[in-house]
Parts: sequence; structure tokens; C-alpha cells
Amino acid sequence: MAEIKNYTLNFGPQHPSAHGVLRLVLELDGEVIQRADPHIGLLHRGTEKLAEHKTYLQALPYMDRLDYVSMMCNEHAYCIAVERLLGIEAPERAQYIRVMFAEITRILNHLMWIGAHALDIGAMAVFLYAFREREDLMDCYEAVSGARMHAAYFRPGGVYRDLPDTMPQYTESKVKTKKQLEAFNKARKGSLLDFIEDFANRFDKCVDEYETLLTDNRIWRQRTVDIGVVSEERALNLGFSGPMLRGSGVAWDLRKKQPYDVYAKMDFDIPVGKGGDCYDRYLVRVAEMRESNKIIKQCVTWLKQNKGQVIVDDHKVAPPHRENMKAGMEELIHHFKLFTEGMRVPEGEVYQAVEHPKGEFGIYMVSDGANKPYRLKIKAPGYAHLAALDEMSRGHMIADVVAIIGTQDIVFGEVDR
Amino acid sequence: MRKLDILEAAIQQNLNGLYINTYRFKDQELTIEVEPAKLIELMTTLKNNEALCFQQCQDVCGVDYLTYKEDYDKPADAKRFAIVYHLLSVKHNWRVRVKCFAENNDFPIIPSVIDIWSSVNWFEREAFDMFGVVFDGHPDLRRILTDYGFIGHPFRKDFPLSGYMEMRYDEEQKRVIYQPVTIEPRVVTPRVIREEGYSGRN
Repeated sequence: MAEIKNYTLNFGPQHPSAHGVLRLVLELDGEVIQRADPHIGLLHRGTEKLAEHKTYLQALPYMDRLDYVSMMCNEHAYCIAVERLLGIEAPERAQYIRVMFAEITRILNHLMWIGAHALDIGAMAVFLYAFREREDLMDCYEAVSGARMHAAYFRPGGVYRDLPDTMPQYTESKVKTKKQLEAFNKARKGSLLDFIEDFANRFDKCVDEYETLLTDNRIWRQRTVDIGVVSEERALNLGFSGPMLRGSGVAWDLRKKQPYDVYAKMDFDIPVGKGGDCYDRYLVRVAEMRESNKIIKQCVTWLKQNKGQVIVDDHKVAPPHRENMKAGMEELIHHFKLFTEGMRVPEGEVYQAVEHPKGEFGIYMVSDGANKPYRLKIKAPGYAHLAALDEMSRGHMIADVVAIIGTQDIVFGEVDR
Repeated sequence: MRKLDILEAAIQQNLNGLYINTYRFKDQELTIEVEPAKLIELMTTLKNNEALCFQQCQDVCGVDYLTYKEDYDKPADAKRFAIVYHLLSVKHNWRVRVKCFAENNDFPIIPSVIDIWSSVNWFEREAFDMFGVVFDGHPDLRRILTDYGFIGHPFRKDFPLSGYMEMRYDEEQKRVIYQPVTIEPRVVTPRVIREEGYSGRN
């Protein structure tokens, strides 16, 4: 009899369904995975070390570049961690703005995920639908911070500035007729809050559209049901968090269980899966988009009624108002000191976790009282999830590995840091 | 009774003699400090004891205390490397931080807790890669984030920010080559520790 040996397949680092720069070394028996060994680190930039050499404010934009599809959620954890070390709290309006943008970010992330996941498995159309809505949300980012992705909008002590009263308009061009232009600008006549409200009102219908394409789709089910099953006990032991944990039936959501900012005042549910397979995690994430939409609506209502400060008055932490700086000596000195030397953060250590779209995103910060963090550790949810890829994909076919990478919602910016 | 008090009482009751001490940060977070020799026993109890029930190890992180507080003239035998674990109990909804200093600065060894939580597999590999802390009992302690063939442990405080080697494409040799770094290290914003009470904070 011929001797049959396992063989090794190299998958990535340049592969469209490797979600960036994942190199997988797969040991195969025919088409069945015996062992998967992910090689990561191809996007390692040493964010944590860089942050040790930057002031607290200078290190903030690095957070955007970790998980580059849910930028503001990363900033959120960082800002709360610094605030807790400083012993300050952001004004209420800032907290509402942060929660609203954290939820916008969650939808942004899940849209990216649903598009990419479906594309990996072979459904092209979902990607196009998802990116239609992503465009609107990125416009919100742009309106509030000037950047469509790497916003650096959340700051220790609040947010950089208040929400704008106007939305940028589309202008006439060769490719847009008057009528089209009218349609594009229809929702952009009012303030940013009006635009977000309009989005929130139509978004539930959009989720219905994605669900029509996927939920009862026979191919989708064949590719996801009973693929990558993780039991509740294993999910906990493997350090899963977020939708990966909820998909396995654990009702755990930091926004509910350990609320930060104004999440305690929000009314929303935690969707939980049953079987712990890719299909359940899909359902959990889709349901989460609807829940996020609910939170956005509540925030918009509150923000429309309540005005106020958006960043603390303490000029040792937040810059003084531009106008006062032009005439006031003290304000000028504060501004200069804050942007050259940075803020002084008292000695201590703090671990702040937030419910990031992908799971528990934690910032562990050690300060020795200097103007820079002594040690900054970023706990990325994707890192723990990718570590479980071996266990999840054993015994599955090669094509299922792609489905499992998709369901884990891997982004290499945060895995490699 | 507040949650943190309940947790601290449960720790005192169930982990008697296993740890050095516990302390709190601003009455919000609890840290347990432990010797490497007792780490496994402590962690096993933390996970399996019903009153504590830390089902998840969310993070393992290395810290190098070499230049803490710019304190260059600390005793030569001051322990340098610490491994910090962040545990989470989904059942009781509480967290704890476990800190463990390695005994030897030149060859730091910490027992691996991989048999207690599978999640620490990659976390320990990362701490080994970045700080050179060896986890005794880890079945697959390879480098994880750095380049194949990398030398040194980049997150140690005595490792320069710009590193030692750089790589570029060489036009003449038509391949990617490694060479010593050509950029000068520079400090944009100096590190300052201000006196107590500066800016009105302790």
C-alpha cells in the first residue's frame, strides 16, 4: 500500500481572504485540517513601545491605527484609562457623544465584517450594500473630526470639539446630475445630529436587506452552520469576548455588566447565540447592529435637548479655548505647556476594558508620574480569537478556515499592534 | 458590602498564605502580588474555587521596571521583570490583577499557567518575545510578533526605540538586505517627572 503523508500548505501572507497579512501554515490530510499554525506579526509596529516615548496626547492617534475599522472604540478605552489615572470624568454631553460615536463605530465595524465575511464565502452583493451605509457613517466621522477614518476625536477629558451644525454638501460634478445631487444632499440640509437621526431611521431597513440576502440563504447556511463550533466552557477558557463569546451562549457584555460613560442609562438588549457556530455569531452580530441603532437614537434625542461642555475645564488636561488664548497670558502658557511637555499623570496602574465591536479591548497603563506612560499594554480581542484558530479549524476543510477567519472578524492592526 | 470588599474577603479566606500582599488602585482595582513558586497554586485556586471563579484570563503582560521613576540607582538586585495577569470572572462579574516578579533579572523564569487557561498560550509567547521572560512548562515557546531570526527583546527598557537592524531593498544585489540602523535616535519630547503636587494632582 502506498504511504499517505500529511502535507503542509502555506496560506498567505498575501491572500485576499487572509484579511490582511496572516500567514497560515496548514497541515493537511487530504483537504482536512490537522493543524493550523498562524504566523502573525507581519504588521507589528511596536505601538506599545512607541507610546512609551510619546506624551499621553501624542500616543492617542496610534489607537486609531490599531483596529483600523473601529477607530473610535480604541480611543474610547485609551481615554477612559487616562481619565481614571487622572481622576477626572468627562462632562455628560461628551459622554453621550462618545457613546453615540462608539455605536456608530460598532455599526461601521460590523458592516465591514458582514461584507468581508460574505465576500470570503462567495456572496459578492452584500459587500456593496454594506459599503453604501458605511459611506454615510464615514461622513459622520468626517463632519466631526475632519478625517474619515483616523479621527483622533476622543480626548482624555471629553471630545475634541462639539458636534457641527452643518453637514458638508456634495457639489456639482460631471458625474452627478442636478437630480442626483439633490437626492444626495437631501439628508444633509440640517445639522450632523439630523443626519445621524435620518440614518438611524432608515438603517433598520438596511439590516433587513442584508438579512434577506443571507439569513435564509441556502449556500450561506451550508457554509456557516456547524462550522467552527465552540462550546461555552471552551469559549471562556480560550479567553473569548464580545460576539465570539455571546455566540456560544454567554450573556456577557461590558456595556451592561461593567458600564462605562453613559451606557448604564441606555436601553438595549444583549443578543445571545445558542450553538456557538459561525451562523450563530453571524446572527449575534446582525442583531447587535440593530441594538446599536437603538442606542444611537437614544443619544441623538438626548443630545438634541441638552447642550453643554464637551471637554473638561482643567487646562492641565485639555487645551483652553482658542479665543481666550489670543488675549490671555495664562491660557497661552497652558496651551504651550500642554502641547510641548504634555500632561502629568499621577503614579498608578489601571486596566480599562471596553466592549469593542470585536470583543473586550483593554488598555493596561502603568504611570510612574511622568508625562509619558511607563508601560502601555493593549489587550486586543482579535489576538485571543486568532490564537484559537487552531482549535476551531481542526477537522474542517480548507474552505472552512476562510469562514472561520471571517467569523472571528480578524483585523491585523490590532492583532499585531 | 461593596463588590471589591467581598472579593478581597474571599481572597483572604481562600488564598491564605499563597500571596505576598494585595493592594488597591483608587478603590477600583485589586492587585494580588505573588511569588513565582506559588503562582500555579494561586492561579488554580483563583479559577476553580467557587467563591472566586475566575473563568477567564483576559491578558498577560510583561513589564520591565528597569527605569521606573527614572530610578537608576536602585539596588542592583531589585527585581526587574514582572508578569501581570488580568483575570475576569463572568460568573461573579469581577476582575483581579495578579502580579508576579521573576526572581532572576538575567534569566527571568515564570511558571506557565497554560494548563489552567488555554488563552494564555499566545500571551505568554508574546511576553517571551518582547521581554525574554521564559515560561516554564509552555509547550510551544516560540517568538510570535517579531521577524523570523530576530535577536533581542524589543520591549525591554534598554532596547533602543529605533532598534539595531534595519532592512531595505538593495538595487545592486536585487534582494532585501539587513543592515545596522542608519537613523540617529532622537528624543522629540523629553520625559519629565514633576514634583509632587504639580498641576494640583498628587
